[in-house]
Amino acid sequence: MAFLAGDVYPCRSPMNVATVRRPLFLLVLVALSILPFVIQQTLGNAWLRTLDTAMLYIMLALGLNIVIGYAGLLDLGYIAFYAVGAYTYALLNSPQLLPLLSGTGYEGLLHTPIWIVLPLAAFLAGLFGMLLGAPTLKLRGDYLAIVTLGFGEIIRLLLRNLTRPVNITNGPIGINQIAPASFAGHRITSPVHLGSIELSSLHQYYFLFLVLVLCVILVSARLQDSRIGRAWIAIREDEIAAQAMGINTRNVKLMAFAMGASFGGVSGALFASYQGFVSPESFILMESVMVLAMVVLGGMGNIPGVILGAILISLTPEVLRDIVNPLQDRFLGERIVAPDDLRMLVFAMALILVMLLRPEGLWPSRRRKAEFHEADPVVTPGTRAGQHD
Amino acid sequence: MSELLQQILNGLVVGSMYALIALGYTMVYGILQIINFAHGEVMMIGAMVTISAINMLTAAGVELPGPLMLLAGLLIAAPVTMLLGFLIERVAYRPLRNAPRLAPLITAIGISILLQQVAVLIWKSNPRSFPDVVSQQPIEILGASITTVQIAIVVLALSIMAGLLLLVEKTRLGRAMRAVSMNQPVAALMGVNTNRVIAQTFVIGSALAAVAGVMWAANYGLANPTMGFTPGLKAFTAAVLGGIGNLGGAVLGGLLLGLIENLGTGYLVPSEYRDVFAFLVLVLVLVLRPSGLMGERVAERA
Repeated sequence: MAFLAGDVYPCRSPMNVATVRRPLFLLVLVALSILPFVIQQTLGNAWLRTLDTAMLYIMLALGLNIVIGYAGLLDLGYIAFYAVGAYTYALLNSPQLLPLLSGTGYEGLLHTPIWIVLPLAAFLAGLFGMLLGAPTLKLRGDYLAIVTLGFGEIIRLLLRNLTRPVNITNGPIGINQIAPASFAGHRITSPVHLGSIELSSLHQYYFLFLVLVLCVILVSARLQDSRIGRAWIAIREDEIAAQAMGINTRNVKLMAFAMGASFGGVSGALFASYQGFVSPESFILMESVMVLAMVVLGGMGNIPGVILGAILISLTPEVLRDIVNPLQDRFLGERIVAPDDLRMLVFAMALILVMLLRPEGLWPSRRRKAEFHEADPVVTPGTRAGQHD
Repeated sequence: MSELLQQILNGLVVGSMYALIALGYTMVYGILQIINFAHGEVMMIGAMVTISAINMLTAAGVELPGPLMLLAGLLIAAPVTMLLGFLIERVAYRPLRNAPRLAPLITAIGISILLQQVAVLIWKSNPRSFPDVVSQQPIEILGASITTVQIAIVVLALSIMAGLLLLVEKTRLGRAMRAVSMNQPVAALMGVNTNRVIAQTFVIGSALAAVAGVMWAANYGLANPTMGFTPGLKAFTAAVLGGIGNLGGAVLGGLLLGLIENLGTGYLVPSEYRDVFAFLVLVLVLVLRPSGLMGERVAERA
């Protein structure tokens, strides 16, 4: 997936890039299109579902990557933006608000098409991101971490309690009967037949998510190389120096928050459509930590790394289930530990160990790697001096 | 009138518990400028170990009067949390002292989740009830009621603050702490063993967390592995409100936050929104007076 790296190699001629990258890109596309069928045939529907969820997490992780990886702002309440997106979709595509709207002539709002909901979710989540960022951006990073942590919890509390005087979120029970996404009258949950191949709802969601993941990757990569992306990285590396270079650090940081949050919002809206119901329990702190673990494990600031992290971490529960139970059956004779209890333990360990042993993550960008190893002695100064990326 | 008094008393009690936790936060912050995210979880471990210890003592047939039993439990729990505090500093913070700021924050959140999950493995996630060793019989004061445990909480918070102030201002260790918090390399040049002083700060802070955990569990009558999260967040708010790094500020902030919360949910909004208060207070303080009530100016990100 080198074409995703976003690193710029000025020495490579445009023609060269095109001839190398286009076939590779097509190859990857073909592989990605076959993937769900292969998975379904070999591993079954449960894994196909995991694959779909993994795609949602890739979007989330790439969004958080903008905030943490590019701009270096630790956001511990990121899942709140996912919640904003999810509830936006849920409220606009379920009978939840019917009692409120019936007789007003606005009932049609409850069947808002997805191509309106997605930008709206992105916008609303981005707005929340800016609201959250505004009071804290002038302060130290640690404050930001704890305020975002609190913010995530507040959003969850609001979702739990916004039932009086008007029942908006339906409290802890959450919102049911959410209509799936539909395109030109076709509901994504009804199967499609292409010749002899049947596309189930899981397949169709896979392709919908794939398209959006590719968009998000493209936006991420282009942002990284843009003026604003360079400003983010400058702020991450030295805020005072960035300011001295004429960067309006406050606006640029707010932008990072809004942009990252809007990715979360899109992912959340898709989640609501895919899942068919939403409840506050999907947006607990542990989810934020999980997304954080994806970004940190994969490699903060590096798109392929973050994707790798998201895939590894979203597969962990399935893998744990397949490993822990058989192991316990074999060696202990009884099941003492539920695999789900180990999940967060594994993520926490991942966070700590990665930071201690390989702070740049499994698949870092070159610049990030250098940054985390600033203090290390340079072994061969002669060869390093000429490398700027 | 008596209802108002009751709300104020409740506020003071809850506030004192926040203050106890906030003292630990503020000590560590004062010396390292790091938010010890795991502090709330250390408090939780303190509470859980105390419960197990008291249950074990009872099972072993040890019979002590209530308060002594509580003290015995605490004497077992405090060394555990102190060791934990020492290990956390050693494993999660010390190796990253010169790393980018993001790094220790991430390990801190990792440690915090790790402790929670380990506690779930050991004690399971459903709440444990606190052993019935101290009387929950309320004492009536002017129509309001308060339990002995609650009185003990307020007294403890104030006396521990006084003790810490003495420690920091009057002792050799305290002087070393102040030196390290001002300038680590220079303190080291002056012959202060900075690593040891930092470790000692963590150990003392963790002992305080154990006290807070025990009092919290004794007051509410139960404890579970996730109990540390919300108090941790609120105690941090209290520390910021009072001026982080300032011991007196931590107690003042804790008491104020407790009062605001109780009076707010008593008279303004439904109690479901109790936890929203702490957050609003935090945001308001950060916007209006980031240095807190008694603190020095908080520098912008270095």
